[in-house]
Amino acid sequence: MFTAIQILLLAFVIFAISRVYLRLRENVISTRVAIFWFLIWIAALVGISLPATTTRIAGFLGVGRGVDIIVYISLALLFYLVFRIYVMIEDLRHQISYLIREIALSGASKIRKNRKRSKK
Amino acid sequence: MLPATDKVKVVIVVPAFNESSVIYNVLKSIPKKIRGIFLVDVVVVNDGSGDNTQSETERAGFVTVNHAINRGLGAAIKTGMEYAKGKKADIMVTFDGDGQHDPSDIEKIILPIIQKKADLVIGSRFKKSKNVPLDRFFLNWSANFITFLFYGVATTDSQSGLRAFSKKAITLIDFKGERMDFSSEILLEAKRNNLKIEEVPIRAIYTEYSRKKGQKNLNAIPTFFRFLVRLLR
Repeated sequence: MFTAIQILLLAFVIFAISRVYLRLRENVISTRVAIFWFLIWIAALVGISLPATTTRIAGFLGVGRGVDIIVYISLALLFYLVFRIYVMIEDLRHQISYLIREIALSGASKIRKNRKRSKK
Repeated sequence: MLPATDKVKVVIVVPAFNESSVIYNVLKSIPKKIRGIFLVDVVVVNDGSGDNTQSETERAGFVTVNHAINRGLGAAIKTGMEYAKGKKADIMVTFDGDGQHDPSDIEKIILPIIQKKADLVIGSRFKKSKNVPLDRFFLNWSANFITFLFYGVATTDSQSGLRAFSKKAITLIDFKGERMDFSSEILLEAKRNNLKIEEVPIRAIYTEYSRKKGQKNLNAIPTFFRFLVRLLR
């Protein structure tokens, strides 16, 4: 029998899995990224439905409680994802700058050509 | 005086962001001709200014390359570098648009390149200047230390805005930093490409305006963070 918090969390995880599926179908995310998120949410699904599993894994890894292992893994994962997002934003910044530069330089060469023409 | 050279073309890049109150005088102070230099081409990279920087530049009769939105000093310098490449410049000089540099120092910093003693010349404000504000001295010393620690390049002014690049340096130096962090990266790139680096003492003109416009002391923290992320990525 599931508790109220388990039901709420399971509903959220199912919702999250459906979002991953929809984004994959729309080609917004790649298959590789989708597999990564499916694995994360399926692991959450197992952890919520069978809490004893996390306790067993925690015991195997030498951590006291099942909840603790979830918190540790989640934190590590979150830090890594924040880093990845930061790198991605940096890449986007460079791409924007590249575009701005190309537009600026082509604009400058047009002005130069017009100036030369008007001098003639 | 510079030695007579065979058709050396110099592009002076002036990055400017909201400098409308000073840019006209700064541009007018830059020499249009330098003895021994075949052609001096001054280009202003207007980095998405929201004021009259562009019209003031045009009033002074100079070419403007306009960034539609602000991308940072490093991005503006890189645009200037691409411009210099396109113009087949033999030497590129970067000269801040806030009036903190003495135009007579331009000759001094291009001399080692003409004499083939260096590929990258840094105009150092700290080699002879005595009137350096304490906060600037500390900030710069920290930046120099970090540049040495991570990149292994010893310099007295890693953040200087007055630099000269040889043709080889213009072609080989490729930096990613778009804000103040690009300064140290230029030195790393020079080292990576085995370019000869030289420092020349220059005069820094610290006015209330140039101090307000220059690198903010608090910006040092995010600049250092970006620097670290670039190293770790």
